Amino acid sequence: MSHWIVLPIVLPALLAPFFLMVIRHHLDLQRIFSVAGVLVLNGITLALLNHAMSGEVSVYELGDWPAPFGIVLVLDRLSALMIVLTSQLALAVVLYAIWSGWDNRGRHFHPLLQFQIMGVSGAFMTGDAFNLFVFFEVLLIASYGLMIHGGGGTRLRAGVQYVAYNLIGSTLFLFALGTIYGVAGTLNMADLAVKAAEIPAEDTALLRIGAVLLLLVFSVKAAVLPLHFWLPASYSNAPAPVAAFFAIMTKVGAYSILRMFTLIFGPETPVAQGLAGEWLVYAALLTVAVGMIGTQGAAHVARMTAFITIGSTGTLMVAISLFTPEASAAAIYYLIHSTFATAMMFLVADMIIERRGDSISQRRPMQHGGVIAALFFGAAVAMAGMPPLSGFIGKLLVLDAAWDAPDVVLIWSVVLITSLIAIIGLARAGSLVFWKAFDTGSGRGDVDEDTARREGVVFPTDAPRLPFVPVFGLFAVLIALTVFAGPVMRFAEDTADQLYTPQLYIDAVLKGPGS
Amino acid sequence: MSLFLIAALPFLGAVFPALLIRAGRNACASAAGAVTLLALIGVLVNAPRVMAGGVVTAQIDWLPQLGMNLHFFMDGLGMFFATLILGIGLLIIIYARYYLSREDPMGQFYAYLLLFQGAMVGIVLSDNILLLVVFWELTSLSSFLLIGYWKHLPAGRQGARMALAVTGAGGLALIGGMLVLGNIAGTYSLSEILDQKELIQSSPLYLTALILILLGCFTKSAQFPFHFWLPHAMAAPTPVSAYLHSATMVKAGLFLMARLWPVLAGTDAWFYIVSTTGLVTMVLGAVIALFKDDLKALLAFSTVSHLGLITLLLGLGTQAGALAAVFHILNHATFKAALFMSAGIIDHETHTRDIKRLGGLRTLMPVTFVIATIASLSMAGIPPLNGFLSKEMMLEEISHTTWLDSHWFFPVLATIGALFSAAYSFRFIGHVFLGPVRDDYPSKPHDPGVGMWISPAFLVLLVIAIGLFPEAVAGNLVRTVTDAVMGEYGDYYPLKIWHGVTPALYMSGIAVVGGLILLALHRPLDKGWIATPRPEAKTIFDGLVGALTRACRGITDTLHDGAIGRYAAIFIVFVLVLGGYAFTTGAMGPQTRPMLEIEVLPAIGWFGLVAATLCIVAFHRNRLLSLVLIGVVGLVVTMLFNYFSAPDLALTQLSVEVVTIVLMLLALNFMPKTTPRESSVGRRTRDVLISVAAGLGVGGLIFAIMTRGFAFDTISEFHLANSYKGGGGDNVVNVILVDFRGFDTFGEIIVLGIAAIVIYAITEAIMQTSVRARLLNRVPDQPVAGDAHPLMMVVVTRLMMPVALMVAAYIFFRGHNLPGGGFIAGLIAAIAIIMQYMASGFGWAAARQHFPYHGIIGSGVLVAAVTGLGAWFNGMPFLTSAFGYIHPPGLEEFEWATAALFDLGVFLAVVGAVLLALESLSRYAWNPNIDSRHPMDINPSRDDNGRVIRKD
Repeated sequence: MSHWIVLPIVLPALLAPFFLMVIRHHLDLQRIFSVAGVLVLNGITLALLNHAMSGEVSVYELGDWPAPFGIVLVLDRLSALMIVLTSQLALAVVLYAIWSGWDNRGRHFHPLLQFQIMGVSGAFMTGDAFNLFVFFEVLLIASYGLMIHGGGGTRLRAGVQYVAYNLIGSTLFLFALGTIYGVAGTLNMADLAVKAAEIPAEDTALLRIGAVLLLLVFSVKAAVLPLHFWLPASYSNAPAPVAAFFAIMTKVGAYSILRMFTLIFGPETPVAQGLAGEWLVYAALLTVAVGMIGTQGAAHVARMTAFITIGSTGTLMVAISLFTPEASAAAIYYLIHSTFATAMMFLVADMIIERRGDSISQRRPMQHGGVIAALFFGAAVAMAGMPPLSGFIGKLLVLDAAWDAPDVVLIWSVVLITSLIAIIGLARAGSLVFWKAFDTGSGRGDVDEDTARREGVVFPTDAPRLPFVPVFGLFAVLIALTVFAGPVMRFAEDTADQLYTPQLYIDAVLKGPGS
Repeated sequence: MSLFLIAALPFLGAVFPALLIRAGRNACASAAGAVTLLALIGVLVNAPRVMAGGVVTAQIDWLPQLGMNLHFFMDGLGMFFATLILGIGLLIIIYARYYLSREDPMGQFYAYLLLFQGAMVGIVLSDNILLLVVFWELTSLSSFLLIGYWKHLPAGRQGARMALAVTGAGGLALIGGMLVLGNIAGTYSLSEILDQKELIQSSPLYLTALILILLGCFTKSAQFPFHFWLPHAMAAPTPVSAYLHSATMVKAGLFLMARLWPVLAGTDAWFYIVSTTGLVTMVLGAVIALFKDDLKALLAFSTVSHLGLITLLLGLGTQAGALAAVFHILNHATFKAALFMSAGIIDHETHTRDIKRLGGLRTLMPVTFVIATIASLSMAGIPPLNGFLSKEMMLEEISHTTWLDSHWFFPVLATIGALFSAAYSFRFIGHVFLGPVRDDYPSKPHDPGVGMWISPAFLVLLVIAIGLFPEAVAGNLVRTVTDAVMGEYGDYYPLKIWHGVTPALYMSGIAVVGGLILLALHRPLDKGWIATPRPEAKTIFDGLVGALTRACRGITDTLHDGAIGRYAAIFIVFVLVLGGYAFTTGAMGPQTRPMLEIEVLPAIGWFGLVAATLCIVAFHRNRLLSLVLIGVVGLVVTMLFNYFSAPDLALTQLSVEVVTIVLMLLALNFMPKTTPRESSVGRRTRDVLISVAAGLGVGGLIFAIMTRGFAFDTISEFHLANSYKGGGGDNVVNVILVDFRGFDTFGEIIVLGIAAIVIYAITEAIMQTSVRARLLNRVPDQPVAGDAHPLMMVVVTRLMMPVALMVAAYIFFRGHNLPGGGFIAGLIAAIAIIMQYMASGFGWAAARQHFPYHGIIGSGVLVAAVTGLGAWFNGMPFLTSAFGYIHPPGLEEFEWATAALFDLGVFLAVVGAVLLALESLSRYAWNPNIDSRHPMDINPSRDDNGRVIRKD
């Protein structure tokens, strides 16, 4: 059996304690090892993806205990894709954090990031619902540490809300798991799939509660309305590289919904009828609306970015909530896009904020304003779903997949109209931030000292150039995602097919890696 | 040349001017021109084939799953538009080189212009309607950049945003329309769709598709009521206006209507929507244009009017209408581009575009005068210029069109439109060039260099040539294009200038004469116009956008006001509702497990638990008391665990209780001792209701689960059966923790470790701010204990330490078979050290602690991980345990298990995490300047002042 599968979890889990033990006082060494580790991780995850492309579902039995009694890791197309996204995003984030100096504004950035990578990768790969809970905890606590990295009153306050809200979610997760175990007597996902299909009629009510609680927990992570309240303040106050990496965190929720509600509580499973599709689509549409509306209403760059993240996740959830293979394929494409585009937007926002402050109002022209404006334009085009970037393709795919849905008119109207709101909002922000700076007629856009101190605006003249590299890297990924939309979509369709043939997964897990 | 190359050239070429501007403005402009010329040649070499009725195609699949592919085709219509776009583009590039000043970033300008040009070429060559939409939206984006090019001007920025909002909105409607159309036809391939007229027009979704697509076309082509963005886009540099509003952007909507004509046109809906909109736009635009004093605004509204005219022609749905439309597209492009460029020249030379400040330029700017006059006359529809021909064809077509059974409605309105059109054209000549020479021009006017007038001059030559020899110059072209529009070959009359005395001629005559009269009456009319209140589009638009922004901000800030209590309330109510729904839509069988007898001990525990919990609610404002009560709850739970034969859990719970209460007491030291009353009675009532509902829900759920058996056999049977056999331990709980589910434990010790280092990191962050100073100067709100380090306690804890550590070791080693294990042992060891901190103080303990807690946490995780990795060398998966028995001579049989090593990792991580958290919290209180009078070291060789007496 190949041990590769466990490496995306074990490698960061080895690196982080190594940082803490040996080199916690040597930021330069941490940087070297952090980058090296992420590079190796990229190699590993790409190899795993290559392996999973064949369509084989690989299973790794931890402790050599057979499923459903021990914990298994499962590598299929979807989980392979997700860990590749995680590692690629991590590379961009690590480089940005190093080159922008963000990792030096607090303690333990690198070990926390490695733990975070570990948690996210584990959540994507585990085949055990309780183990999923454990990884949710790992990524929650690590993300909390990252979120408040660097400190500051506002950030700490936002952090408390973030962790408090998510702990309610964790409690709910435990209730859900307890309920499900109390009925089915197992928490192995493949085993649950078997049990859920055979559940006796008199036990359906409890299992349904368990299922819906799970869905709610994942919806919290995916920031689906009305469970999204933790997101705006925490994302807009988190350090930029961290917020960028959080692009994958909402995807953990989306992934978990996609996984659980195709594998265990699939659209064909009798016990799950009416649980997911019925309300999720409306919640997702509301999410899109609130996200895009927030984009238009925002007075600050970071907050605007946080809201457009909600909008983007909402679009993804619309696609997922349809629970058809076509829509899920569209969702997978959109998920890739959304991850990178959101990350890029946060990094660009950080470049703006570092150079001129957070406020969407007239300020003096900033250093590197032209390049940053171009990057902002690109990121905005991607986030708003304008052609030609992947956001547009993703949106078209989602709309096209919704054609047969009963709510097609509603879905189309909401998605298209809110896109317009986002376009207007982003154009407004871009015009105020980048163009109005040159308008000497309406004031010089100078910031008074109080504001400057409060926002930490210094109008640097020697802002580092190297942070542009990862941002351009992310942009290049978006362009590649556009150009190679065909092959990517083929992969997404294969992935969706695999998801909607859960027997493959079930057999691979329950029959063991030997079979 | 391949169509791919033609479409790609402007995009690829956009890089060159952006870079070459460093080599000078000529290099920059030449690069842009060369790229455009190359693409134009590419179109022209394909022209013979197209004129012969052929279609040039090029196809690559892009996203075949969706049906969005890079499929291009060039028929007559595509070629016609591509030539217009590239040809006029070339002229504009030449013109702009001389128009832009040194201060303007020319590299950006040409780069944007080429991007825009590429997008336009893409629209007209697309053979896939989704691809077309891509290019369509690209024109919106690139025109946004072009219109906002002068970013220091508010008008430019606002015009750009308005254009983007309106055309962007249309673009989104168009996306919807195209998706509907594609779904009706079953394909997104344009040439396949064009063959399916019956299918599409009989579909119930035809009207939906039509309206959505027309919304896209109307917004782009500035049709009423979406016309208002176009005049505001005039804030752009004139070359941009000339390009966007003569030949390209605004023609995109017309192009699309012409392109989809075979499948969309011919129905009543088409006729009434399109032709009526066109007519209204035409008249409205013409009327407003007459009263505009800004040259470019006049031209802008005249453009709106002419676009309305062409829309009207397309809306008629007849062959002759289509022919006239095509012909007028050509003619309008020529004279309007020339006029815009003339207006730019006037602005450039006189530094004003205000007609009221101009006049008499005839002699000062003779070249410009000739160019502008010919172009204006063509616009007015004066023979023998090309504008006359197409307008005549329009009037002819209109004269026998009935609208809702009315024979006069169209002709009368069309004549009025033509009349105003003639009037503003005459005004352009009369009020700018004719009249007396003035002496108050802002700048002394003279003709510009040849570079600026060569482009409009060339266009004016075309205006005359087409006017004089329509058949020879444009006849074949217009017919080929019209065939392409209609999708079939038609019979046409040759284009000619004289059609005899027809109703159209009368209408034309009325228009010209009326136009002259209107011009003569302009001054009084203008007074009346200014006095008339009119809805100002920009005010309305700004008001709408402002209201939208305010509404959005209001909604967002109201929803997300940062009140965690409300967030949580929404969360819980939502969970309850959905949980209730899930429950009621499922089925639950009767209770299968009998209720147990209520025994005395658990009943006492139950009462203790309930009482303590209620007391917490009642006394929660007293923080110390609630902490104590929480401790009580924890202890009762511990006892319950023990009662129900779960000694492992009981031990864990007990030690966790101790540690957490100690940590929380430490934290409480820095906080107010009471919680202030911050919420209203209503809020508290709401919260109480929600909490009670949630509690009942959870309680009910647990009750339901406990009173029913499992539906299936549980996996714990396996764990019980295999604990000793496979895991080498009798204590199933411990074997589950370190073996069956060692991976969970691995994750959890990491969680614990992270929690500790996060506490450390927060402490670091806070201690570096002004908080540190505040802490140092803090006056405790409670009297400080007289003796910080009581001797008795110091002595006892010191004595306790080895004992406690011994217990920890004992608990650790017996863990695999009896209650205990690394987790509990870690907590006990941590408590042993915490006792030292408490009794002897932070400074004393820290000075004697040589292992950094970070390192202990790290080593714990590492030991656990490395133990797990060890299995690889045995050829087994991560965390596979191994165990065996050895018989040391003279001793009992002894078991060794790798799981114990893993448990050691757990132990270390727990010790490190707890102590790091404690140490971090202690640092808030630690003050280097305050030293106890008696440091707690019981050192006999110390005098009363704490100094060590040296013996020697």
